[in-house]
Amino acid sequence: MTSLPTPEERSGKKLGLVIDLDTCVGCHACAVSCKEWNTQGYSAPLTDVDAYGSDPIGAWLNRIHSYEVDTDDGQPNRTVHFPRSCLHCEEPACVTVCPTGASYKRAEDGIVLVNPDTCIGCKLCSWACPYGAREYDASHGVMKKCTLCVDRIYNEHLEPEDRQPACVRACPAGARHYGDLGDPESSVSKLVAERGGYDLLPQSGYKPVNKYLPPRPRRTGAEPEADKAPKALEALGAGDGSLTEQFFKWADKVLTR
Amino acid sequence: MHPAYSVIFFTTASGAGYGLLAMLGLGAVFGAAFPQTLWFCVVALGLALGLITVGLLSSTFHLGHPERAWRAFSQWRSSWLSREGVAAVATYVPAGLFGLMWLGGWDGSLVWKLLGLLSAAAAAVTVWCTGMIYGCLTTIRQWSNPLVAPIYMVLSAATGAVLFALLMQVFGAGREWHIWLAIAALAASGILKLSYWRAIDTEPRDLSIGDATGLGSLGTVRRFEAPHTQSNFVQREMGYKVARKHAQKLRMLCLLAGLGVCLAACVLALLVPGAGATVLLLIASLAAGFAVVVERWLFFAEAQHVVTLFYGATHA
Repeated sequence: MTSLPTPEERSGKKLGLVIDLDTCVGCHACAVSCKEWNTQGYSAPLTDVDAYGSDPIGAWLNRIHSYEVDTDDGQPNRTVHFPRSCLHCEEPACVTVCPTGASYKRAEDGIVLVNPDTCIGCKLCSWACPYGAREYDASHGVMKKCTLCVDRIYNEHLEPEDRQPACVRACPAGARHYGDLGDPESSVSKLVAERGGYDLLPQSGYKPVNKYLPPRPRRTGAEPEADKAPKALEALGAGDGSLTEQFFKWADKVLTR
Repeated sequence: MHPAYSVIFFTTASGAGYGLLAMLGLGAVFGAAFPQTLWFCVVALGLALGLITVGLLSSTFHLGHPERAWRAFSQWRSSWLSREGVAAVATYVPAGLFGLMWLGGWDGSLVWKLLGLLSAAAAAVTVWCTGMIYGCLTTIRQWSNPLVAPIYMVLSAATGAVLFALLMQVFGAGREWHIWLAIAALAASGILKLSYWRAIDTEPRDLSIGDATGLGSLGTVRRFEAPHTQSNFVQREMGYKVARKHAQKLRMLCLLAGLGVCLAACVLALLVPGAGATVLLLIASLAAGFAVVVERWLFFAEAQHVVTLFYGATHA
């Protein structure tokens, strides 16, 4: 059913991710492990077309953007790596626009899924998502999206520590956290409260469950990196005009010929 | 947004078909003097239902799984696309009975008039649902405009009315009210479409890349690196912007065909008798078809999706 579960039907559980933009290093390990797991899991495979050709295209459920922020406070610019995937919204229009009932939001844990056996591939859900979370798999004619690794998190064949989304398990920086955002006492909820986690495009009205933790402010009083470099060179003895330095300069010139 | 050719063909062809059906149905209700021959019923209703059917079939071509299209009738509670499917199929019932009674010589009866009214209403509901498929998407500023669904309605009525005028003329209907009807519908389309273009051009583009990423509070946000080296589905589908730079020229072309050629041919048809009027209305029909295809293409090409912000668009 593409009508959303009513408040009475919902369990109150809101499984989702918390992504720390302060610690994400932009290594794409989450995207790669997502692709690896989901190409063999629910709604598999995640096909690539022309994978080794000049114009490859494929369905990925997680994309890592990088942005440069020109800070207003006179500090040097910052690079922010920004993973983007389904936010498992509380009021997802991608679900309500679906004409077949293939897109649905689970009442028991809030995960938004696509049934690959009933999806007709009309792509309307991808138009309705402001976050670009859904990618069409042209080779199977159905829509693909993040499943929050529904086939891992409840999977009793896996070790307990592996029962979390593949992206969270893979992140080497600890920038991805998984848990119940409907429970104010959960570790993810506490993290969001402590770090001022925010919603993407709250004006969309979709009420994303996933939260983003903003980059922490730089420590004040710290010496900018740019000023440290010349001093470091001086400390190494460079630029003092000594006889030794002149000899090495001459040697360098001779050897480069 | 990427224009799917089958969707452009579907919305324009079946739009004209529903418009023509509505003209026939309303004509019956208001006791219009239809040409006496039954061939008029066969050709006019046949053309209306033919355009609708061809359009509906073509709309399944852009699906990944056309053989599952029947599933789209199930979610009418929440989905405008599903509602459109249900309304489109439901329209065949009164329209079919309306045609059968007409052929059976029961035209003029109260039941026949009632079926005409039902056919016109079902056609209007279907086209409204088509418009709302786009109108309900808040992710695209140019589509969530309140004029979108009314424009689908009025363009459907105008293309249908021009075809209706042509058929009435071909079958030798007397007075010229059918041409006036086409002129009125074309003028209404022009007014609504011009107000729509004005609205989307003057509306503030108030969402920025800083709003999308939530990083705007830290400073000015720029794209530093793309997440992937080749474009993906999201960029090809939602980030498609070919023809946007020609938007002004295409708008002029649309107005020239729809209001210039089509409207002028209809007005001239009022002055020229007989075969001359038929030729002019044929030209008007072709011009209306061309104008509405250009309009539908532009409707997609000018649409800017919010997700493009993540890929570096500065405003949406």
